[in-house]
Amino acid sequence: MRKSVIVILTGLLSLVLAACGGQAQQAPTTAPAQPATTAPEQPTAAPAQPAPTAAPAATAAPAGGTTNQPAAGGQIERILARGTLICGVNNNPLPGFASVDSAGVYRGFDIDFCRAVAAALFDDPNKIDFRPLSAQERFTALQSGEIDVLIRNSTWTLGRDGNLGLDWAPTTFYDGQGMMVRKDSGIETLEDMDGATICVQTGTTTELNLADQFRARGLTFTPVVFQDGDSTRAAYDAGQCDGFTTDKSGLVSSLTLLSNPADHKILDVTMSKEPLGPAVRQGDPQWFDAVRWIVFATFQAEEYGITSQNLNEFLNSDVPEIRRFLGIEGDLAGGIGLPNDFAVRIIRHVGNYKEIYDRNLGPDTPFNLPRGLNALYTEGGLLYSPPFR
Amino acid sequence: MATEVSRPTSRRAPRQQIGLIEWLRKNLFSTWYNVIITVVLLYIVAQTVISFVSWVVTAPGWPAAFTNIKLLLTWTYPVDQLWRPQAAMALVLLLLGLSSGLWGGIARMVAWGAAAISVVIGLAAFTFPDLPDQTSLPGWLFMFLCAVLLAGGDLLARRLGQKLRWPLIVAWLLSYPAVILILRGGLGLPVVETKLWGGLMLTLILAISGIVLSFPLGVLLALGRRSSLPVIRTFCVLYIELIRGVPLVTVLFMGALLLPLFLPGGESIDALVRATIAVTLFSAAYLAENVRGGLQAIPKGQVEAARALGLNVFQTTLLITLPQALRAVVPVLVGQFIALFKDTSLVVIIGLVDLLGAAQNIVGQPQWLGTPGGVWRETFLVIAAIYWVFSFTMSRISKRIEDQIARSRH
Amino acid sequence: MAAGSPPVPSGKTAIPFYRDTRVIAIIAQVVFALAVIALIWFLYSNMINGLRQANLLPTFSFLSVPAGFPIAESVIEYDPSMTYGRAFVVGILNTVRVAGIGIILATLLGLILGIARLSDNWLLRNVALVYVEIVRNVPLLLQLIFWFSLTRLFPRIQESISVFDLIFLHNRGITLAWPQAANDFEAWMQWVYGGIVIGVIFYVVRRIQFARRDRPGVALPYAFLIAFGVGLIGFFVTYAVNGVWPVSLSIPELQRFNFVGGITVTNSFAAMLVGLVIYTAVFIGEIVRSGILAVSKGQREAARALGLTPGQTMRLVILPQALRVIIPPLTSQYLNLTKNSSLAIAIAYPDLFYIANTINNQTGQAVPVILMLMASYLSVSLLTSLFMNWYNRRIQLVER
Repeated sequence: MRKSVIVILTGLLSLVLAACGGQAQQAPTTAPAQPATTAPEQPTAAPAQPAPTAAPAATAAPAGGTTNQPAAGGQIERILARGTLICGVNNNPLPGFASVDSAGVYRGFDIDFCRAVAAALFDDPNKIDFRPLSAQERFTALQSGEIDVLIRNSTWTLGRDGNLGLDWAPTTFYDGQGMMVRKDSGIETLEDMDGATICVQTGTTTELNLADQFRARGLTFTPVVFQDGDSTRAAYDAGQCDGFTTDKSGLVSSLTLLSNPADHKILDVTMSKEPLGPAVRQGDPQWFDAVRWIVFATFQAEEYGITSQNLNEFLNSDVPEIRRFLGIEGDLAGGIGLPNDFAVRIIRHVGNYKEIYDRNLGPDTPFNLPRGLNALYTEGGLLYSPPFR
Repeated sequence: MATEVSRPTSRRAPRQQIGLIEWLRKNLFSTWYNVIITVVLLYIVAQTVISFVSWVVTAPGWPAAFTNIKLLLTWTYPVDQLWRPQAAMALVLLLLGLSSGLWGGIARMVAWGAAAISVVIGLAAFTFPDLPDQTSLPGWLFMFLCAVLLAGGDLLARRLGQKLRWPLIVAWLLSYPAVILILRGGLGLPVVETKLWGGLMLTLILAISGIVLSFPLGVLLALGRRSSLPVIRTFCVLYIELIRGVPLVTVLFMGALLLPLFLPGGESIDALVRATIAVTLFSAAYLAENVRGGLQAIPKGQVEAARALGLNVFQTTLLITLPQALRAVVPVLVGQFIALFKDTSLVVIIGLVDLLGAAQNIVGQPQWLGTPGGVWRETFLVIAAIYWVFSFTMSRISKRIEDQIARSRH
Repeated sequence: MAAGSPPVPSGKTAIPFYRDTRVIAIIAQVVFALAVIALIWFLYSNMINGLRQANLLPTFSFLSVPAGFPIAESVIEYDPSMTYGRAFVVGILNTVRVAGIGIILATLLGLILGIARLSDNWLLRNVALVYVEIVRNVPLLLQLIFWFSLTRLFPRIQESISVFDLIFLHNRGITLAWPQAANDFEAWMQWVYGGIVIGVIFYVVRRIQFARRDRPGVALPYAFLIAFGVGLIGFFVTYAVNGVWPVSLSIPELQRFNFVGGITVTNSFAAMLVGLVIYTAVFIGEIVRSGILAVSKGQREAARALGLTPGQTMRLVILPQALRVIIPPLTSQYLNLTKNSSLAIAIAYPDLFYIANTINNQTGQAVPVILMLMASYLSVSLLTSLFMNWYNRRIQLVER
């Protein structure tokens, strides 16, 4: 413990020293700016520094120490060795997507996809460490390798894909930003909201979309920005805002948590495209592929009509594509580092996409959210899996 | 008081007993402006007390705090392992009781404070609802156990006397890892991961870890700052001033964001460990300044005498200056501990669920949506009371120690 | 104090050179420096390696990119099309705003509290004591959240509590009627500037006179009075000339969603200010109290013997002397207040820490953002202590 304390202590100082360069006496206040921008070039240039513990990164690309990401297979091997998958999920209860029930068990649409990944890897959907993350810390947690996969209603955007060093697996839920208002406010469209006060959560694309949409329409608004979803909803509920905006899925689940749900309505506008899906850290293509195909497998299973109930019948199927899909024939999954029967494992433990959806958001739940874009392409939706062959 | 001219007409002994009227006149209505102040304040105080009391009696939200007392005290710590926090507390109380008997004085004061606090917790735990699989002792039994341990330890230590001294010191040194072991598990005990910890338990762990772990670092920094070696002194000054110049949240934020980046590979560091490290680094800078204050108060003659006796630098520091300095700064350190105890509530901002975080979660529970005005007032009042009892008790202890030191000096 | 007491002996006679403390001192320092550098290097290279893998090398280039996120309140003009750099400045100014106003109010309340604690009125003394004991033993964050939650109990904006139609209380804050520059504002400002100039000239002239006569005197209040008087005359003269007041009162009016006109103090800002002031005032009160107690009793008795009223004694004799003791600890309370304003993040007041956090979310540039954040806080702290040290020196000089 104390050792790590000292380690960190020096880490702190490093910030100052890195910034001050030569003139250390100059007081830390004037420190920041340019030296740090030029800093990134240095480490490759001078591995000769007497650093007793640091493994010299003489070769070109990655790797500082032994545990650092190898070129291929690293992540999956590390997860298997660890024995659990670390899945980043929402720290704020988002009923339907991620929340903790009274028995302390995580449930929800996002959670089920975590379980699908665990099932594919371990044949056990419970070998997961859920790591609840706030909107602010989620990407850092992924970047630093603290979690293996982030399934926390996170929108796939070019900026995040490119600048945050992340990769997005296929979209599991096509969402869009909506706006909730009071029924008695007489608001029908966004244009009616000129001058309104709007509650929004920070650290999300929602915040940016809101500003864009209002700017594009030439409208003004006052934002009230909170760090977490609970406070945002509570402020709206208390009437401190005229509107409350977040993804429509979030609005739907928030509606059930308002003190008087009947007084509110969700406007019929969609302010943005919000494709939500699992994200992984850039730099391990195999792990990325694995997560990607795990998601596809849930789509494909629905397309074939394979469910956790009728799985055993399909295991005796003679249809070649189904046999390939279920890993009875061929060795397709080896290339992405997964066991051949990973689709079977997913379907057995978690189910196909429809089962996941219906369990969490479907007609038997309080949300009763129509499938909309989240239907198979054969039914007018956007879910489409590339062929398993 | 000076306007009061006592007339020597009275035959009774002067000012031994004053009547109620006299007291009122002297303390409340001595001048015209005092009359105004008294009347206005009386009105305000009466109004406040009446409306507060009537609110307390009628407030509908009390069940929120009391049905969730388990969440407030231990958050999501598994119900079937709840005996472990109790065991940890019992261990500490036993050690306190022994110290109280052995050393008396300060140790006894702390023991009394702990007794008072455990009464409060015990009372709160009275209302523990019956949870399935619960393994903890009922509140009243635990309270009784605490009392027995404290008093028994005290008596035992008095009987054994100085024989106990070294074993007890060693036991104290081992108590911190032992408590962590009991709570976390390992060595045969099932592991309870720290992400399940929370509530008052987490608050206490963070505050105690902050002080205990920052102690060696803080003392080193204080010595370093007074060192004559320029490199070391500069380093210490930079560190201390840097940390003291920024708010704790930024340090916590750094711990949460940068710490994982500083270490090689993708090893994840437990969120609680990160917060502990941040709190420790923060607290060390303040502790260093407090200890430095104690070091500066030591007369130079002490050092010179020690040197004249042939002690070297390390011996002088370890045997002469440091013990005196530390004794002098004990009250300040208690003050720092109180501050840290309150400040740990900031870990809410980086996502840990301490006492305040647990309260916030309870306030957000869907079942209280129907309560008019919400349950936040009642819940926050309950945890404010918990915080208050702790820091008030400790500040009293600190005051007593201060007085004792002052008395022993003159 | 930097001179250093001597833990290291300066010289001994008959010891081998390898045990010479001077040599050891140098070696120790070199080893220490090397160890520190090595550790820093280790951590730094780890960080850079990790960030490079994530394709996220630290850079400050994001500062000139449009921020895109809205900010609820700002001292300077800001909209989401402006840059991250600008957003950061908005954060700094918001921190300075709440800290600056907070420091002034906390000092006033603390002063009252400190005096009340020593009052000869039993009730006042004990009410103050109860206040102190309650507030200082409860975490500030809890208090802030409490005040913020309290604002929810006010009515919705449509049903605001109106005071003479000039002040409106609602659950989004307080809206006040506020003076607003009218057409002839510029003309009147000439008068104001003129008044200030005259006031300054008066002050300087008087100071020189005092210095020449080597006698103390009072100049500042009169200078203020003159400046104020000239401004006031100008105010009426402008009205007499043009028939319009140079400043008009902007009366808030409830539009569909919010008030238009006047100024609105948001509930976040109000809760922040109330929380910081009430909390810090307790500590300032204790400092004031011990400062007053530090003034020897003879001073008070002498002042009373001279026939000064208790009020005069406090104002003219006790407080000026107590200030000497009060200023240094007061500085650290001011710094605490400034640092504590970073808790604003819990109650949606967009201060420096809050904005930095948002920037970090949007850009993922944790390292530069933290560097900027720490540098900003250190600068604010440094400026505050420089000012207070200057003031402290001034007070000390006046004393002697």
